[in-house]
Amino acid sequence: MVKERLRRTVMYAAGNNPGLLQNAAIYGADSVIFDVEDSVAVAEKDSARELVYHALTRLKFSCEIGVRINHISTPWGYDDLEYLLPAKPDYIRLPKGESGDEIKNIDAIITKAEAEHGFEAGSIKLMVSIESPKGLRNAYEIASASPRMIAIAIGGEDFAAAIKTEKTRGNSFTGGRELFVARSMIVFAAREAGIQAIDSVFSDLRDEETLINEVMLVKELGFDGKSCINPRQIDIIHKVFTPSLKEVEYAQRVLTVFEDALARNSGVITLDGKMIDMPMVIRAERVLANACAAGIYRKEGT
Amino acid sequence: MINAAGREIPADIQGYKQVKGYAGAFATRPPAGARKAGAKLKAVYPGENKLLNSIEEAIEAAGLKDGMTISFHHHFRNGDYVMNAVIAAIARKGIKGLTLAPSSFLDTNDELIPFFQQGVLIATETSGLRNKLGHFLTTNHMARPTILRSHGGRVRAMESGELKIDVAFIGAPVCDTYGNINGVHGSAACGSMGYAMVDSRMADTVVAITDNLVEHPLCPVSIPQYQVDYIVKVDCIGDPKGISTGALRVTSNPRDLHLAKLAAKVIEHAGYFKEGFGMQLGAGAATVAAGKYLREVMLREQVAANFAIGGIVGSFCDLLDEGLIKTLFDVQSFDARTIQSLRDNPRHQEYDCTFYANPWNKGPMVNKLDYVVLGATEVDIHFNVNVMTDSNGIMMGALGGHLDASAGAKCTIICAPLLRGRLPMVTDAVQTVSTPGETVDIIVTDRGVAVNPKRQDLQENLKHSGLPLMAIEELRDMAYELGGKPAPLKMSDEIVAIVEYRDGTVLDVIRRPIV
Repeated sequence: MVKERLRRTVMYAAGNNPGLLQNAAIYGADSVIFDVEDSVAVAEKDSARELVYHALTRLKFSCEIGVRINHISTPWGYDDLEYLLPAKPDYIRLPKGESGDEIKNIDAIITKAEAEHGFEAGSIKLMVSIESPKGLRNAYEIASASPRMIAIAIGGEDFAAAIKTEKTRGNSFTGGRELFVARSMIVFAAREAGIQAIDSVFSDLRDEETLINEVMLVKELGFDGKSCINPRQIDIIHKVFTPSLKEVEYAQRVLTVFEDALARNSGVITLDGKMIDMPMVIRAERVLANACAAGIYRKEGT
Repeated sequence: MINAAGREIPADIQGYKQVKGYAGAFATRPPAGARKAGAKLKAVYPGENKLLNSIEEAIEAAGLKDGMTISFHHHFRNGDYVMNAVIAAIARKGIKGLTLAPSSFLDTNDELIPFFQQGVLIATETSGLRNKLGHFLTTNHMARPTILRSHGGRVRAMESGELKIDVAFIGAPVCDTYGNINGVHGSAACGSMGYAMVDSRMADTVVAITDNLVEHPLCPVSIPQYQVDYIVKVDCIGDPKGISTGALRVTSNPRDLHLAKLAAKVIEHAGYFKEGFGMQLGAGAATVAAGKYLREVMLREQVAANFAIGGIVGSFCDLLDEGLIKTLFDVQSFDARTIQSLRDNPRHQEYDCTFYANPWNKGPMVNKLDYVVLGATEVDIHFNVNVMTDSNGIMMGALGGHLDASAGAKCTIICAPLLRGRLPMVTDAVQTVSTPGETVDIIVTDRGVAVNPKRQDLQENLKHSGLPLMAIEELRDMAYELGGKPAPLKMSDEIVAIVEYRDGTVLDVIRRPIV
């Protein structure tokens, strides 16, 4: 059965802020990204790299930690990798992904670093954000370029700018319409490659209502989670991703009849007169994993 | 001697009454047959006038002399003009050797330092010290050590005769021509007069100082005319901006919000969250924010509180209006919203400090608390709390009602970050014990929640709450691992302050740090 790590929230912490690096993981985000890219000014790139390196090697974290590097086409990208891979982040997040070749290139560098430092091969993963039409066109190629790939994400602001519009609040049905197609294509590519899809950040901290609408929309579109920039957004996002008690009950029943059928070696499985197939089982597992993470459901024996 | 809080207390402290060590939260009780102390018997007859022209005249009329004890209330907080102005007037009259016993000090009282240097003031008894004055009184030699008492402990000391106020100066937001006072009208409105009500009752002489003199009789009355000797009209008694902070906004600091959320979850699951419960939330950022999360839980679970007490903030008034709290008891109002609510809502009840917290009366409100959520500067593995001294051993906080509510509540919850900057806030031993660990039940930090081992019932209730429960020692280890273990401070032998427990025993002493 598929066991996927939950990534409802992927929170950025600026790499040049020691207090943030120390505390970012305590707020309950499923995944935290230490950023040495856009949130760090050019003059502080080196010090941020240093701080992130020491945070990763010295501190213990309660959640998955990734590092957003500068793109390898910038003057800092390769140095970021060289400096930060020895600190063994859980994953590298590459911004502005445009082709499978970039991913293969980085994959090779990671493979080399893993061997040099005695890390388990394949243990450092990759997450790529897509921020341009070219990247979107190549989304599947990117998503399937390396077995390290765990997710692709959409960088909303950059993408909107690249198609000569701006990110809007939109309405509660379609959100910002400018991203509607791109968001869906990201989900399609991710699903085809068998990895996760993560939505863009919503940057107005005061506007909780639009944030909730946006999360509801992307959940419906198929996204696994959303990037965020402030701990205050974590609970709001998790709440939307938390299944209802009805959904939890149904998922439990699906899994019960499925396990029962497996035990009896029975081919056709039905529940309430409906046939249960593999996608429904996977969905049920995801519902329970979300429910577990939200603390509204506890698996027996745990 | 080692007292029941594990602190080494000298048998004699120069300039202090006979030392009696802290023996347990309820171990020291009123001496059998003891009677309450009170103000001198005095009479004002028909036709006599209480109005005087200046503070100087009032000082003369009150018969203030060298060596006496004077008091003030701190309801005006950092907007207070009264204490500094009166002491400056006293100094001009050449009076010396006074003991200053206000309900608390605030940053604005840094202006008093010269009067300590000149000998106008020689000692203080209060509940809190901050800023430069706190630093000054920690690092300089005074005739007698500062006595720090909780709000409840201060009333107890007055009523048992240990703290005798010769003259109380009462800043009055509105006062009529015969001395009736309330706190809800006027430009310096401060809401509840809870601390001043006690001083007015217990002081031999009471001087009301107002910038809002009205015709007799005033209504409603918080401090009645029969307790007031003299009235002085001045131009301005306080700055409204410093008195109340508009509507106190809930913090946006993610770490405080995180602590608040955890505290609300503790309240929900610890076992006393039932229809009709009683609570107090401290006035810190995290504790105020706990109210926001608690509101969500109360709405979800359809549970309302019968009462809430303490210093009151606007968010509590909103809960009162929503019916989620049935009655507020207000000893001190923190913002404009609260002052308005106290004035307009009959279920928002003003009450004095003995009613709130005095351990030696026939039942203060703190005795009825199910929950109290309070802040801390640091805590230790024995659940002792320090809210009084900083990491250099300097006095910079206030006992307030901390140890009163902690002793009274069925469940005392302390919120503190595990680290401040790089300093561990869960340690082997706090610098100063200001609330004893035996009265503390749960410590909430941003990285874990620890339950006092003597409360197995709470531990059991919280087991399935999803809260990150840990042993207090684990929290300490985590704090030391992240921040390193601080070296102990170098202290001299000189005792600069005494932390009295609410029953008048010595909980801890503060020594002068060697800097």
